[in-house]
Amino acid sequence: MRIVVPSQLRDYTGGAGVVEAEGGSLGALLADLDRRYPGMRFRMIDEQEAIRRHIKIFVNREQAVRLDLPLGEEDEIVIVGALSGG
Amino acid sequence: MAPNARSAAKRTGSRRAGAVMLFVGTRKGAFTLRADAARRRWQIGGPHFLGQIVNHLVLDPRDGRTLLCAARAGHLGPTVFRSRDFGHSWREAARPPAFPKAAPGEKGLSVGHVFWLQPGHASQPGVWYAGTSPQGLFRSEDGGDTWEGVAGFNAHPMRTQWVGGEQEAPPDGATLHSINIDPREPRHLYIGMSIGGAFESTDGGRDWRPLNRDCAADFIPGPAPEYGHDVHCMRLHPLRPERLYQQNHCGIYRMERPEGRWQRIGKAMPKKIGDIGFPLVLHPRDPDTVWVFPMDGGTVWPRVSVGGKPAAYVTRDAGKTWQRQDKGLPERQAWFTVKRQAMCADARDPVGVYFGTTSGELWASRTEGARWACLARHLPHIYSVEAAALGG
Repeated sequence: MRIVVPSQLRDYTGGAGVVEAEGGSLGALLADLDRRYPGMRFRMIDEQEAIRRHIKIFVNREQAVRLDLPLGEEDEIVIVGALSGG
Repeated sequence: MAPNARSAAKRTGSRRAGAVMLFVGTRKGAFTLRADAARRRWQIGGPHFLGQIVNHLVLDPRDGRTLLCAARAGHLGPTVFRSRDFGHSWREAARPPAFPKAAPGEKGLSVGHVFWLQPGHASQPGVWYAGTSPQGLFRSEDGGDTWEGVAGFNAHPMRTQWVGGEQEAPPDGATLHSINIDPREPRHLYIGMSIGGAFESTDGGRDWRPLNRDCAADFIPGPAPEYGHDVHCMRLHPLRPERLYQQNHCGIYRMERPEGRWQRIGKAMPKKIGDIGFPLVLHPRDPDTVWVFPMDGGTVWPRVSVGGKPAAYVTRDAGKTWQRQDKGLPERQAWFTVKRQAMCADARDPVGVYFGTTSGELWASRTEGARWACLARHLPHIYSVEAAALGG
């Protein structure tokens, strides 16, 4: 699955803005991302499984709010860092 | 040399040499400043972690090369970066401080930021403690790579009452800080919280008890409360560990153990200055000497230099008397704040004292506060300044 990574997280991906990962749900996808890029998930998802306030994850241009959201192999995932202030 | 510095040198009977390094955490990254042996010339390094909010950057005094950095970014969650080679290379903690996941239907806590980093006892290499916002205590036994919550505090049945609800939090979030370890006994721990108060554990963190007797909390109505106080900064002197000093939201205090009562030594401060501030700094060799940096705690709490005229105050008699130290500092229209982690001392003789401001200036005194010089301007908002000796 193709994932667009924002600039704030590219230290984890070696600078790559687009990466690949697998998962049948958003939670599984993020777990796979963390296996490939250790530490990345906790910067986006807190210990109570909530998407952090200034991270937004879009699945096929719809904002995801739950980690149990099912995903298909053709889905496009865009992670955005947004509106965190000055 | 200033008279006070001369007397300090006479007291100790020795002069320590060697370079000094300052580790500066700011709202937009970390910086280092390295001095020559005379502490006259300083070389600035950085920014490191540009754009990350660095609350604390601390060198492990036990090995002189491990650095931990408490960081988060505006968009990203909190983490800890660690270096084993004095900052030449960095790796992120494999398991940063995090509260346990709550049971279904229950609301759990999430670490907003790691606020305070504390190397453990000298007999426990690799052990570190971290204090977080909201108030949580975490421990690492592997030099900061993996962190576990100290359940004796984080899951204490009284924790919620001790720290209050979200409305009790200061604007930047409630924090656990001022982690002090008794040099005589590694299981004897002290913590300070804003909000919550001072607490003590004598069993390595399994259980805790409030330590706020005779400390004011004028924002809590009714008779003197047992907890809920606002500790800004609390320090235990390693050479006299039965003594604690505290800069509180409601004054400057000293406690002698085991009695356990706070005495408001800030009453001896000039009335027009008051005894409100954030930082409190110990002299490394004289337990009677303490520096504070007062701020305006009147009316709506501007929290800036009183009257726009910044000054440190020092006591050399454990709080009986205080002397103003403002030579070299701006004489007017200087409205900055010095935060609780942004003032420190080195171990040289005479002691160097340092502070960073919310307006991004870094100031130093090679003469125990007798005269100040500005080392750097135009840095981001400074959160923390730590000094370390580089040998000599």
